[in-house]
Amino acid sequence: MNMPILSSLVFLPIVGMILVVIAPKNQHQFIRTIGTIVTGIVLLITVRLLFAFKPNISDMQFVEHISWIPQLNVFYHLGVDGISLPMILATSLLSFLACIASFGIKERVKEYFALYLLLVTGMLGTFLSINLFLFYIFWEVVLVPMYFLIGIWGGSRKEYAAIKFFLYTLAGSMFMLIGILALFFASTPHTFDMLELSRNAFALRFQQIIFMALFFGFAIKVPIFPFHTWLPDAHVEAPTPISVLLAGVLLKMGTYGFLRISYPILPNAAHWFSPYMGILAVIGIVYGGFVAFAQKDFKKMVAYSSVSHMGFVLLGLAAFTTTGLNGALLQMFNHAMITGGLFLLVGVLYDRAHTRDLDSFGGMWAKMPIYGSILIFISLASMGLPGLAGFVSEFMVLMGSFKIYRWMTIASCIGILLAAAYLLYMIQRVLLGKLNPKWANLPDINAKEIFMLVPLMALILIVGVYPNLALQYITPAIENLVRILGGTLA
Amino acid sequence: MNSLDSLFFVRSELFLTGALFVILILDFFIKQKKWLGWLSFLALVVAFRISPSFYPDQGLFLNYFAWDAFTFFFKAIAYFTIGLTILASLAYEKIPERQQGELYVLLLAMALLLTVMGGATNLLMIFLAIESVSLTSYLLVGFQKFDKFSSEASLKYVLFGSVSSTIMLFGMSLLFGATGTIDLTRIGFLFSQSTGPEIQHIALIGMTLLLVGIGFKVSIVPFHIWAPDVYQGAPTPVTAFLTVAPKALGFAVMARVLLLAFPHFIHKWTHLLTILSILTMTVGNIIAISQSDVKRLLAYSSIAQAGYILVGLAVPGPLGLQAVLIYIATYLFTNLGAFFTVLAIERNLGTNQLEAYNGLYMRSPLLALALAIFLLSLAGIPPLAGFIGKIYIFSAAIKANSVPIAIAIALNSAVAAFYYFKIIKAMYLTQPAREGRTTFQNPLPIKIVVCATLLGTLLLGLWPMPIIRLVEQSITAFPIF
Repeated sequence: MNMPILSSLVFLPIVGMILVVIAPKNQHQFIRTIGTIVTGIVLLITVRLLFAFKPNISDMQFVEHISWIPQLNVFYHLGVDGISLPMILATSLLSFLACIASFGIKERVKEYFALYLLLVTGMLGTFLSINLFLFYIFWEVVLVPMYFLIGIWGGSRKEYAAIKFFLYTLAGSMFMLIGILALFFASTPHTFDMLELSRNAFALRFQQIIFMALFFGFAIKVPIFPFHTWLPDAHVEAPTPISVLLAGVLLKMGTYGFLRISYPILPNAAHWFSPYMGILAVIGIVYGGFVAFAQKDFKKMVAYSSVSHMGFVLLGLAAFTTTGLNGALLQMFNHAMITGGLFLLVGVLYDRAHTRDLDSFGGMWAKMPIYGSILIFISLASMGLPGLAGFVSEFMVLMGSFKIYRWMTIASCIGILLAAAYLLYMIQRVLLGKLNPKWANLPDINAKEIFMLVPLMALILIVGVYPNLALQYITPAIENLVRILGGTLA
Repeated sequence: MNSLDSLFFVRSELFLTGALFVILILDFFIKQKKWLGWLSFLALVVAFRISPSFYPDQGLFLNYFAWDAFTFFFKAIAYFTIGLTILASLAYEKIPERQQGELYVLLLAMALLLTVMGGATNLLMIFLAIESVSLTSYLLVGFQKFDKFSSEASLKYVLFGSVSSTIMLFGMSLLFGATGTIDLTRIGFLFSQSTGPEIQHIALIGMTLLLVGIGFKVSIVPFHIWAPDVYQGAPTPVTAFLTVAPKALGFAVMARVLLLAFPHFIHKWTHLLTILSILTMTVGNIIAISQSDVKRLLAYSSIAQAGYILVGLAVPGPLGLQAVLIYIATYLFTNLGAFFTVLAIERNLGTNQLEAYNGLYMRSPLLALALAIFLLSLAGIPPLAGFIGKIYIFSAAIKANSVPIAIAIALNSAVAAFYYFKIIKAMYLTQPAREGRTTFQNPLPIKIVVCATLLGTLLLGLWPMPIIRLVEQSITAFPIF
């Protein structure tokens, strides 16, 4: 039987969710197995998709196009191209790994995995939708399980963090919905189709208004300064696997929204906004870096480092060059791997020590040599060591934007210095120095945890050494986007 | 059309009248009042099945009553609401057994009166229909006559209702005095002919007073003060009914009056309704935040929801009217469902206080899930029914370029989500203070109504095409579209 590959990606987790719901409540092991198998199959399908994908085509591939609500011209329309492919890979991989990390969840297991699988559907659907209506539905479907996942299984201030996350994102997405509907009514014929919309040429004034409406929705998700205040709360309170998905996937939904919707459909407004985007990017990079440096809580430090690193994505978006946009998209993928790894590592330490206070550690490398090495490897990737993934994408972003926004690019380099500073400072406090006797009996990282981290480290290394492997998939689609934007093909 | 020919088209109403008297008589003989409830439900189903499916070109009874697709739509809304309310009342033990028979009879009469309200095309019929619906509502609200909140609510309702009826009647008398006719279409025609400023002024005053009267019935801010007390004091099935059917039919009357009698003044009333709709949703939502009684919270939420519906009338054009109808259809299932779930929980907890909901997921996972879905639908989260309604309301506002309304809805949606999530938080995130009793017990009718409304909420969200098609047909009843 020839199953539509993208639909099976999106709806397999829903099937898994139904299985979990009808499973007996106390069979925790069985429920975990369902979750792992389902996300595992999703990952396998993604790998198959990766091999079946034709890299040199810039159009949508594996398109599924079925009429859903004809009165509103809504289609069930899925497709994948070079922009969504890396996001799909990151989502499936992190979903699978975080699912294994979720074995530590001990209470209300059934509800956890049901919501978790619903979340996976929402994330994959968001990246695969070509119809704005469908996109919005999946975007919102992500919200609800996330609220519960933070609110039920989170830390001490979980309820506050959950509702803050929810209300921020909901408020943003309401404005996004206004923008989407305005696009629908402004287009001829009325359509929600992203590809058809990008063929419409809208007046500049209209584009600017819609760009700002969509900007609210995306900026809150990224998050762009000053809309970032939900992020430290949500990341810190969320359980480890959910932090991984929040930082690894949900933040990218915002920047993906720019690449997929705002830029191709509203190119003139994107041009108009790009200097401001650049300024916001620099603020994010520098501010995020400084705040990360000041943190005492390990997880909060990683959370703020995300604000800083996502700033590079925005800088790449502001540049309008192939190199810059390529770098931005690659940075989205790399940051998913790196920050996912860092959150997993924070979780490993927290599971053992039950604290994340950086000052309470010290000399852990001697006690946990494997853990220490992995932490250093991923930290080096995060601070942009050449040969690892983070360097490639950040370098590309800086190179792409230097010609356009020279001073902003130079200012952004402070962010790289800061990243080195806060990460090395963290390593010094956690791994080096005198061993705190309280932690004398901590066991080293176990096989399961290593298994979760190895794929991430492998990808970080491969992309770092041979970036062309990733770039060959994304360049055609990005070049196409640059042509629409009228930017520089370099 | 003359009265004799018209009888054919009101056969289901005639049947219902007959059934109503039969049940009233049976009430004397049957001790098990539950049977009367099931019988009433059956009568309602039969009456709905035999309604004529085609529409005459002319108004019935010498143009006093229109049997068209629009009337049919609102008849369906009324019948669905009342059918579900009858079933829910079967499980409501706070009403003494002795009185239950009368409750079902009153609800059946309500079905009849609401249909008349939906089809009324002249001022006299409108007044009679609204007034008799109101009188029946007063009785229903005060049905727990030994409960002092119920009696207080009823009295309040009577006082506010009478004042609003008087205002409405005064407006009608001005319109009649200015035009010499009570037929809505004829009034509209005469106003478009006469250009004198005096006539214009009278028309505007008459229209405003009429709107105030109807505004009371559909609880638009600032005419909403009666609503929370009445909704909280009334028996819960009655509250569920009141927040949906009379409100929906109030909007039907409002649409007919404005579109048939005052198309000439469209710019005047759209401005007025824009302000009122923004006011209604904002005030309803903001006061709802601080409520600690779930029933009262939902009462304020239903005021806010009326504000969203009003948006559809505040923007001119067919899409606005479509939005009103679609929102009402989605709101029917969602809001009834929320109240019925609250009723099921109230039966077991004995209270509607929000604190009692803490940790509800442990004691009744299914009811907690159902209520969560209804609340998410009320908040307009896809892919549930409320989202389709909200999309249409948003679309109508945006198509008409009404940016203030669009922004008001967006901000209000976030505010509303906050208090809907207060209930969800209590149910799922907060642990119960002490171990409650064992699992919940609920009789069959309650299970049926919760499942039916849940199914409606999910289906309208995922498969909205049939209802959109029905709505598109319904609004063809208005010649201006």
